[in-house]
Amino acid sequence: MSSDSAPAVQEPDLATAPPSLVALFLAFARMSLAGFGGVLMFARRALVEQHRWMTADEFNETFALCHFLPGPNIVNLSMVFGSRLRGVAGGVAAFAGLLLPPTLIMTALAIAYARFGDIEVLRRILAGISCAAVGLLIAVVFRMMTPLLKRADPLAAILMLGVFLAIGVLRMPLQAVLLVAIPVSMSVTYFLRRKVAA
Amino acid sequence: MTSHSPIWSLISTFGLMSLFAVGGAAAAVPEMHRIAVEVHHWMTDKQFTDAYAIAQLSPGPNVLIVTLIGYAVAGIPGALAATLAMCLPTALLAYFVSRLLNRPSQSRWPGLIQAALVPLSIGLMAASALILAQSTDRSIAALLLTAMVAVVASVSRVNPLWLLLAGGVLGFAGIV
Repeated sequence: MSSDSAPAVQEPDLATAPPSLVALFLAFARMSLAGFGGVLMFARRALVEQHRWMTADEFNETFALCHFLPGPNIVNLSMVFGSRLRGVAGGVAAFAGLLLPPTLIMTALAIAYARFGDIEVLRRILAGISCAAVGLLIAVVFRMMTPLLKRADPLAAILMLGVFLAIGVLRMPLQAVLLVAIPVSMSVTYFLRRKVAA
Repeated sequence: MTSHSPIWSLISTFGLMSLFAVGGAAAAVPEMHRIAVEVHHWMTDKQFTDAYAIAQLSPGPNVLIVTLIGYAVAGIPGALAATLAMCLPTALLAYFVSRLLNRPSQSRWPGLIQAALVPLSIGLMAASALILAQSTDRSIAALLLTAMVAVVASVSRVNPLWLLLAGGVLGFAGIV
């Protein structure tokens, strides 16, 4: 970063003062409410490009950490980001900003659904949206699968298929399947990498 | 039966589930379906797919389908309890791990764990798609709509919201 400090460059470095708790809350609330069908894209834009609270590398590093941990990635990300900028209070502010507004909207929708969900027109509209939503999910799965298929990695394909069959077709409990699948996948990956390195 | 109150049941269910949700919210959908529809009978199959559609259509993280499940079980307190139970434990875990690993890029474990988890989370998401399709795609027209959206979203960068709204319009018109 310091090697590239030409004064004429328009892009300033990271913002100098850490943001206030209110600013953190508002920034995460805004990206959450903009994020139809996923918040991640909006999070990168707001944190790295707009507010300059993180460099692109810091963002990727933090996201990688949140991605391999369990749970909703973007929620994990809010807590880690906020706490890096302003300690625990910052983490809580970002977490609350991300979740509070959409949770209120969702609760209002739940109340509306409980009252009006049986109306025939609404049922038809929701049925159409459901079909499209499943199509979107299939597209995401397809996009994620492409790099694995290109590498022609048979072990990854077998693991993927095994989890799909156990959960999707046999409807086995998640914990039981993962308690087997995670150790198997980890040891296979570990030994394959060691073989490549050797 | 205070120890079996619905709120406590929501908290323990989603708190535990979040710790196994590798690959995020979409990967946890089959387990949510299994517990909410098959084990506890909190919702019907139809209500579950409606909840998924509403969560996709609304702003915010997609994990908030748990807010809808929580509401169906125990009203507003249930909605809040389910949301916090699903989101807070792993966020705290992420906080502690990030403090532990100050420089995650220097360790090869995160890379290794991630590489090992990717095929598993794709398998979980494919299972989500199958389970949801089995309850929504009950007609040829519905199946065609799902297939068309899958193709369009795979080959183009069109905003997903438009595809959801197009589905809603076709549903309103009585086509699917």
